[in-house]
Amino acid sequence: MKRCGSVHLWLWRSVVLICLVLGVSAVNGESKSDTHHHGNGSSITGIPIVSFKWHHVETPYLIVLWILVAGVAKMVIEANHHVTSVIPESALLICVGFLFGGIIWGADQKQTFSLTPTVFFFYLLPQIILDAGYFMPNKLFFSNLGGILIHAVIGTCWNAASVGLSLWGCHQGGAMGDIDIGLLQYLLFGSLIAAVDPVAVIAVFEEVHVNEVLFIMVFGESLLNDGVTVVLFNVFDAFVSLGGEKINAVEIIKGIISFFVVAFGGSLVGFVFGLLISLLTRCTKNIQIIEAGFIFVLGYLSYLTAEMLSLSAILSIAFCGICCQKYINANMDEKSVITVKYVMKVFANGSETIIFLFLGISAIDKTIWVWNTGFILLTVFFVFVYRCIGVFFLTWIQNKFRLVPLEVMDRIIMSYGGLRGAVAYGLAMMLDENKIKEKNLMIGTTLIVVYFTVILQGITMKPLVTWLKVKRASANEITLIEKVQNKVFDHMLVAIEDISGQIGHNYMRDKWKHFEEKWMSWFLMKPSARKKHDLVFDVFHQLNLKDAMNYVAEGERRGSLEFIRNETAFIDFKKKFADEYSEAMPDITVDMSDSYAAHSSMRRDTVPSISLELHDQNTNGLRETEDINTHHLLQQHLYKGRKQHRHKYSRSHFTVNQDENEVQEIFQRTMRTRLESFKSTKMGVAPPKTITKHPKKDQQQKMPNGKSTDNGKYCHCDDDDFEFSGDDGASGYDPSAGSFPMRVTYRPGAGIENPVFMPDLDPMAPMQIPPWLAEAELDSSTVALSQRAQTGLPWTPSNLQRLAPLRISTRSTDSFMMADTPPPPPPPAKDTK
Amino acid sequence: MGSSSSRLDRVPGAKDLMEETGFSETNILCLYDRFEVLDREERGYLRLEDFEAIQQLAVNPIGDRIIGAFVFPGRETLDFPSFVRVLAHFRPTDTTWSRSGSQPEPANSRTRKLRFAFSLYDQDGDGKISRAELTEMLQAMLGMQVTDEQLQSIVGRAIQEADLDRDGAISFDEFKKSVEKVDIDHKMSTRFLR
Repeated sequence: MKRCGSVHLWLWRSVVLICLVLGVSAVNGESKSDTHHHGNGSSITGIPIVSFKWHHVETPYLIVLWILVAGVAKMVIEANHHVTSVIPESALLICVGFLFGGIIWGADQKQTFSLTPTVFFFYLLPQIILDAGYFMPNKLFFSNLGGILIHAVIGTCWNAASVGLSLWGCHQGGAMGDIDIGLLQYLLFGSLIAAVDPVAVIAVFEEVHVNEVLFIMVFGESLLNDGVTVVLFNVFDAFVSLGGEKINAVEIIKGIISFFVVAFGGSLVGFVFGLLISLLTRCTKNIQIIEAGFIFVLGYLSYLTAEMLSLSAILSIAFCGICCQKYINANMDEKSVITVKYVMKVFANGSETIIFLFLGISAIDKTIWVWNTGFILLTVFFVFVYRCIGVFFLTWIQNKFRLVPLEVMDRIIMSYGGLRGAVAYGLAMMLDENKIKEKNLMIGTTLIVVYFTVILQGITMKPLVTWLKVKRASANEITLIEKVQNKVFDHMLVAIEDISGQIGHNYMRDKWKHFEEKWMSWFLMKPSARKKHDLVFDVFHQLNLKDAMNYVAEGERRGSLEFIRNETAFIDFKKKFADEYSEAMPDITVDMSDSYAAHSSMRRDTVPSISLELHDQNTNGLRETEDINTHHLLQQHLYKGRKQHRHKYSRSHFTVNQDENEVQEIFQRTMRTRLESFKSTKMGVAPPKTITKHPKKDQQQKMPNGKSTDNGKYCHCDDDDFEFSGDDGASGYDPSAGSFPMRVTYRPGAGIENPVFMPDLDPMAPMQIPPWLAEAELDSSTVALSQRAQTGLPWTPSNLQRLAPLRISTRSTDSFMMADTPPPPPPPAKDTK
Repeated sequence: MGSSSSRLDRVPGAKDLMEETGFSETNILCLYDRFEVLDREERGYLRLEDFEAIQQLAVNPIGDRIIGAFVFPGRETLDFPSFVRVLAHFRPTDTTWSRSGSQPEPANSRTRKLRFAFSLYDQDGDGKISRAELTEMLQAMLGMQVTDEQLQSIVGRAIQEADLDRDGAISFDEFKKSVEKVDIDHKMSTRFLR
């Protein structure tokens, strides 16, 4: 702790130092600017060896320095975890901004640096919105879109109108004293102060971890209503410049129409650019290095285009991000996806930090402070009160239609989460001084509102959430059973909807999904992404990765990293592997060789992303990595319910649409079981379905952790297996090994035969063998039947059999071990939860 | 109103059902219409075949289990009240969360919903999800591409996660605990039964 403190001190000093340098250099910059010209023009007497050319680099230098300062400030703040857990980072950054502002003010006697609307809207905001859109959990967002839109559109209009009108009313009542603001100006002010700010909301809610529905409501609203506010602002701005007397019904109607045109037009532009990005990434196979750049360039272009067409730029770039995420993640190389993800975060976090810093700095400026107690206090009061009223009223209406109504607690948090931020400030700065006399008062008031909401509400948010016992987001760890259960729920709901004959509420979504999969994916995804390599190999690859990880981990656990340092051993392993399988699947061996890189990056991958990774697994340590593999396995192979949408995005893997095959598969299986039970009832034998107590099952049981702890030892055995397992190497194994041909059997279109026409089995057979083994046997018989079909496969069965030993041997030795070893002790890592 | 209550008359025991399950008149009528559609031979009850005739259920991996939850083995038929009672599990939970404790727990309570889900796993009804039962379920749910070893290790890990008393099976309490973070109300409610 002490050392930590000294480090902080040091950091602080350095920050202050940088700041002083900045301040001084800024002064220098000012004073020297006039000498600059003739400095250049004066005749040169000799060649200077070194010259100090500050003006040459001034602007970029200052920008970069500010970025550095912001970064360092954030670093210092984040280093104090006990502080950030109480006070949100955004509030702290504003306070740091105060400090810097004070220093600059002290040095310059005027505010040299402040956030200008141009800088804010053109260089700081876009990446934040793009980031928010890109990482938007789509399913969650679209399933709550109705509610979000109600809040974003109606709620914002309500806020703008009510605040504007109430302030005007109070003005008429004489509460403000003598200020020159008319009704339209009040409405203009109301509209700029109405927007809930996504930057502020994310910054605060990220800390709080409320449940995901609440989060998406607040966050989605804040994202969309920024667009709405800007539109409203422009409309009222036009009204103000038009002047009160010229406004008639036609103009008002035009204003309303332009509101919708601007909002929807902006979204449309974003959508188009989203498609464009997706299309572009379809063809970037040969320039993978820069394909990540397209996302940013085109995203920014969509922003600028919308701005150019005077449509809503914020909505445009938000929808651009939302639309393209799925396709670009599928199209681009895995590494590029990671790059995009990280760069996005760097940009967004960077500008967020700078924005808050400058929000603080901008306050230290005498010129903008025009104090008017009535106006300021009333604004703060109205903003808060009308937000609450609006939210409660709108959620009350919504609750009549929602499946699961929003609880009172959620509604309180939603009202309380109405944080104002930099967008309001940026808009206030954009006010035209000629048209609005009290511009400075408005800027000051906006700042006060921002501070009030971000600092005060930000700090109290967490205690409030705790105190109200608002449903939190579930903790990071998702259990397997939960994952399975979620899927069961999905299927269950679909089944219930089928039984009760209703077109469920997911009907439209179903239709859309169908369309999307049929056309959009076809159009926007490259063929290889649509049909990634065979799932069988995917699984095989996953398992191999797991084994490899075990191999390493086991070596480390035994306290020896020798086999890692010992190049030959490792390379040997790799080479052997490559030799064995190179002809079968070259790409997997390639993957295999850099699996370490992939996995270590996976482990480090804890980018704090705004929303979806709220619930992502915390990935450190082996067990977790293994878990991820298993989770991943489940994720990929659980049948999708018809309404299943992934609402978390998976960076690395995109599940191909195997709907048709799946449906076939399930259908056949269902029919088979029905046939069997039909047959067995006819023959008077209990259907195998009802048999759940298997005498042999205990022998079959394999302690799940036995594998993970003991695997390392077997890896050597595995290596041996490579040698002796020829084409028939596996056939001598016990029945449990009979599973491997399955992988052949269920290749789409290959060995699948209608199981109904399968040769009769001894009806008693399933009694002895657990059903999964029975299934495997069934399958192997299918294989035998369809030998001919398999010769046409790209991989011959013999190759596949040679792939098998790695796992088979692991398993068989495992079950062998089971016979004479006591059950392994409970794994140490597990109990710590 | 008058017409709907007269329509309600043709549903046997409608009032009691509404009381018991909390369904509205519209719900009951709607379900009754559906019931009549399913009951093709107009016997007044549903049989296993009636359910199996629903096409989409055949491609639902756990369709059979769902049917099993309606028509439990041993009872061949399902009359309308039972039909409604099963479906009552899927009514969203009431907004008024403080219910007087004296009433029996409604079918759409969290526990009852979970019971229903649990019974889908627990096919032999011994109050525990055994390893074999979970394996069967997973096998029904998983694509065929997953091999047995994977299946086994998944099952093993899943049981290990949930099995608190280490008896190798998941009891209802353990099940409840393992899914306690899941928003059951979201996952086990359909909108039209509101």
